[in-house]
Amino acid sequence: MLLIKCPYCGQRPETEFKCGGEAHIARPEDPSALNDEAWADFLYTRSSIKGVLAERWMHSHGCQRWFNALRNTHSDAFLITYEMGKPRPAVDENGELK
Amino acid sequence: MIRMEDAIVQKFSLPALLKESLGAHLGWGRQWGSADLKSSYDAVIVGGGGHGLATAYYMAKEHGIRKIAVIERGWLGGGNSGRNTTIVRSNYLYDESAAIFEHSLKLWEGLSQELNYNVMFSQRGVLMLAHNEHDRQSFKRHVYANRLNGIDNEWLTPEEAKQFCPQLDLSPGKRYPVVGAALQRRAGTARHDAVNWGFARAASALGVDIIQNCEVLGLERDAFGAVCGLNTTRGKVATTKVGVSVAGHTPQLMSLFGVKVPLESQPLQALVSEPLKPAFPTVVMSNAVHAYISQSDKGELVIGAGTDQYVSYSQQGGLHIPIHTLDAICELFPIFTRVKMMRSWGGITDNTVDRSPIQGVTPIPGLYINCGWGTGGFKATPGSGHLFAHCVAKGEPHPISRPFSLDRFRTGRLIDEAAAAAVAH
Repeated sequence: MLLIKCPYCGQRPETEFKCGGEAHIARPEDPSALNDEAWADFLYTRSSIKGVLAERWMHSHGCQRWFNALRNTHSDAFLITYEMGKPRPAVDENGELK
Repeated sequence: MIRMEDAIVQKFSLPALLKESLGAHLGWGRQWGSADLKSSYDAVIVGGGGHGLATAYYMAKEHGIRKIAVIERGWLGGGNSGRNTTIVRSNYLYDESAAIFEHSLKLWEGLSQELNYNVMFSQRGVLMLAHNEHDRQSFKRHVYANRLNGIDNEWLTPEEAKQFCPQLDLSPGKRYPVVGAALQRRAGTARHDAVNWGFARAASALGVDIIQNCEVLGLERDAFGAVCGLNTTRGKVATTKVGVSVAGHTPQLMSLFGVKVPLESQPLQALVSEPLKPAFPTVVMSNAVHAYISQSDKGELVIGAGTDQYVSYSQQGGLHIPIHTLDAICELFPIFTRVKMMRSWGGITDNTVDRSPIQGVTPIPGLYINCGWGTGGFKATPGSGHLFAHCVAKGEPHPISRPFSLDRFRTGRLIDEAAAAAVAH
């Protein structure tokens, strides 16, 4: 089980959290202007990379607030958790925080 | 068509068994050759799991393509082919899924003879338990839909279910009462390693080169953008057809080729108990509590748990996932409460949003894809390989796999088995 540091409540077990999938995917400003390909891309295409992935988590059995996290999908180790709206922290080529 | 008799590999038969028994069984040769990567092939299959090996076998056997390589980064069947719960069934709700999985089940029924290799396919039945009114209605809908598609599936009352599987506990006051069950009698289990080995042996006998410890580094494309070769850790190889069958690592490999795929890779866990004497006659699945259990021929209880909620390539998952499953198993089958668990592991499943596979062409001419089998790819092994062989050989998908195109995410024609099953399968 993962230990996840909620930016508001601190370190808690994974069972208190809900993973909301990849972060920083913005809903298109004008969906009706998109063609089918771009819309499918927004809905379904995810990076699913083996390495550092930015994802959304919700502390559902705690403060019930959403936040973002950087996690290495190879080792499952969290690099950092950060509040919604903040930019994605930079990571170097070794997968470490800059 | 190429017959097994023409192959270099020694055919298994009663006379061969008698002959070898005189020599203390020391005379059995290697079951498949180890090949070096040649400089060119008619087709290269990336991924030496069950699906990839089956694809190569059917391409050689039914489409007469002889110069084929299967390249595998690790070892044969070391990924999900060796990490599943070996369940084979075809009782899917939608017509498209029913067709593809029934195609596979029919191939399973003759596979040991076809490959001249005992894959230990045992049609011991799959019993899916209904615990509430919603389950009852949903399963009956499945039963009727399956029958319209010519697939056997029948509805059992709780008493009939207990007659079929006496280990079920029907006593009153249970947390998960059994209100009925759907039974597919032709479903069952097979030995996962034997499936890989059987396909590897049969493909090798037809001249397919099987190359392990060989990782793909990139795709070579000609002036028109079509595939003209592959870069690997064992050098360059020229080919005009590349079939990708790499399950959980599909997003990673396809991003190397610059193709976006609508997949997310997540760990799916399973576990086995210490070996017991024969104590469990069938496969029991419970969608509502997310547990499935069968007993292997070795005697271990094979138990499937759920997927973890996040993307991961770690081939392990959180302990709370199998614990949740074991809670349900102990509640459903009190006879197993004192059984010790021996091993647990995770496989990396590539899940689509509709939980249906992707098979067919890609935007790159000559590059074909077979992925997205998610948590239910083992049962599809021969069928998937058979259909994908057609796709790679002919350059267009087989009619059965046509609905499962990569393009369906653009057109919106999803095959939503995720909603139909309400559970990972």
